[in-house]
Amino acid sequence: MAQRRKLEIFGETLPAMPLAAFFLVAFVAPFILLLVISLYQSAEFRGVGLHQYVKFVTDGFSIGVLWDTLFLGFCVTAVCLLLAYPLGLVYIAGGPRLRAFILFLIMLPLLTSAVVRTFAWLVILGREGIINSAMLALGLWGQPARLLYTWGGLVVALAQIQLPLMALPVINSLLKVDRSLVDAAEGLGASSWRRFRTVILPLTLPGAVAGSLLVFAASTTAFITQTLVGGGRIVLMPLNIYQQAVGVQDWPFAAALSIVFTVCIVAINWFVNAFAQARMRGVNA
Amino acid sequence: MRRSADLAYSAFVWIIALFAMVLLLAPTVVVLITSFTGAQTLKFPPPSWSLLWYRELLQSDELIAATLTSLKIAFWATLACTMLGTAAALGIARGRNGWARFLDSLFVSPMVLPAMAFGLALLMVFSLMSVRLSIWTLTVGHIVICTPFVIRMVSASVQQLNPLLDDCSLSLGASRFYTLRRITLPLISRGIAAGSFVAFLSSFDHVPVSLFLSDARTEVLPIKLWQILEASLDVRVAAVSGVIVILTLVGLILAARLFGLGANVQERP
Repeated sequence: MAQRRKLEIFGETLPAMPLAAFFLVAFVAPFILLLVISLYQSAEFRGVGLHQYVKFVTDGFSIGVLWDTLFLGFCVTAVCLLLAYPLGLVYIAGGPRLRAFILFLIMLPLLTSAVVRTFAWLVILGREGIINSAMLALGLWGQPARLLYTWGGLVVALAQIQLPLMALPVINSLLKVDRSLVDAAEGLGASSWRRFRTVILPLTLPGAVAGSLLVFAASTTAFITQTLVGGGRIVLMPLNIYQQAVGVQDWPFAAALSIVFTVCIVAINWFVNAFAQARMRGVNA
Repeated sequence: MRRSADLAYSAFVWIIALFAMVLLLAPTVVVLITSFTGAQTLKFPPPSWSLLWYRELLQSDELIAATLTSLKIAFWATLACTMLGTAAALGIARGRNGWARFLDSLFVSPMVLPAMAFGLALLMVFSLMSVRLSIWTLTVGHIVICTPFVIRMVSASVQQLNPLLDDCSLSLGASRFYTLRRITLPLISRGIAAGSFVAFLSSFDHVPVSLFLSDARTEVLPIKLWQILEASLDVRVAAVSGVIVILTLVGLILAARLFGLGANVQERP
């Protein structure tokens, strides 16, 4: 009987307890340990303090790497938004066949390994790759241009790789937009651009926010694409953490880098969500 | 004036959409074509055609071993996170209280937190407890990484489920377990199938956590491919990619036949 009452406390969430216990041990505890290790003064685990964080701010390198990584995430998210909305608008305007085709196009890269997609970009952007071959054949370029290991190449490759993560939620929320609202705006004399800006965009904000957060998280941590398409010249947070942890074996500093990186991502998530909620309240009012 | 603005809008939307479609399709096509090259480099278009690199693949023991390791990890991780995740989704999807909402955001947070940080953190835990790295330590990491997909898709199915069906079954005298087995699980089976399908693929493809938790004895395929590509642009990778693309296509067509494309994959935000 007492047993039974104890279970009642959890109520309906009881079936979630095994996973909750697993997450406590394998997910929450590791992050706490990460935080603890980041407080050691030296790589030999001596002394306690904020030494690693001071080093992060003052070494003149790490802050720039963090900034570049967040800026990369921002660029990729912006490109994905720009591509996903037109794709979604064509999807909802299209018939069943076009819809199935677009969905197939979105699912295919989503389910193909990211390493494979990165590899494809090496072929496309390489010295003897498609773009260089085409430009040379057309006589537009005198010699092959360096497209790999550039910022632009990295942004385009990542945007293509992450586009499905943006396109699915955007299409999903476009499908929920009440058609009659758009028609009403048209009847009242709003142009297409204005209908998009004042009706469609605010109503699909939840999908755009969900997609943006996924794309941002995925592109800032895309170790494989960053190192292969960006090359050794572009050092970003994941490579930096990996080098500090595995190459230099400085675990406290690698831990501090990880904590700073995680806190930044969580803060951006929180900020974007808060912004979107404020905007949505504005729409409903 | 307004008509020309509307026309410009339509043209803009269609041009970008067509560009996006080409962009989505191009890499897959490029990989498939490149994998049939007869040359030693990744020149595109290939100067000659052959199955050379597929034959080479059959003789690469290290690549085959890495593939088997990846498949094993993906299998066990998917099994574990499908069982734990389905139970959890049943518990929290209908829960209205803060506790259920907290658990929900905890379970999907691996999707947005940097996986590199989690990989390093897990490595520290294992080395602190002096656990030797093996495919089981890797599987633990992969379970956490794959759980959000199961939670998302099963929760979506549970929310579409009419709770009255459960109540009917219970009031007609069926036990809770019988109701779960005969009513609830069959009704959410599509969500479970879709969730475990995506979980399997994302484990097979996952890099950041494996980067910290795998050693020479437990090399996984994506990292092996990364090492090969870092060292030299080896054309064998094209053949591996070709195999993966073909298998994905087959899987996608099968999934579309069995479950209908799209019904399950449209994540709720």
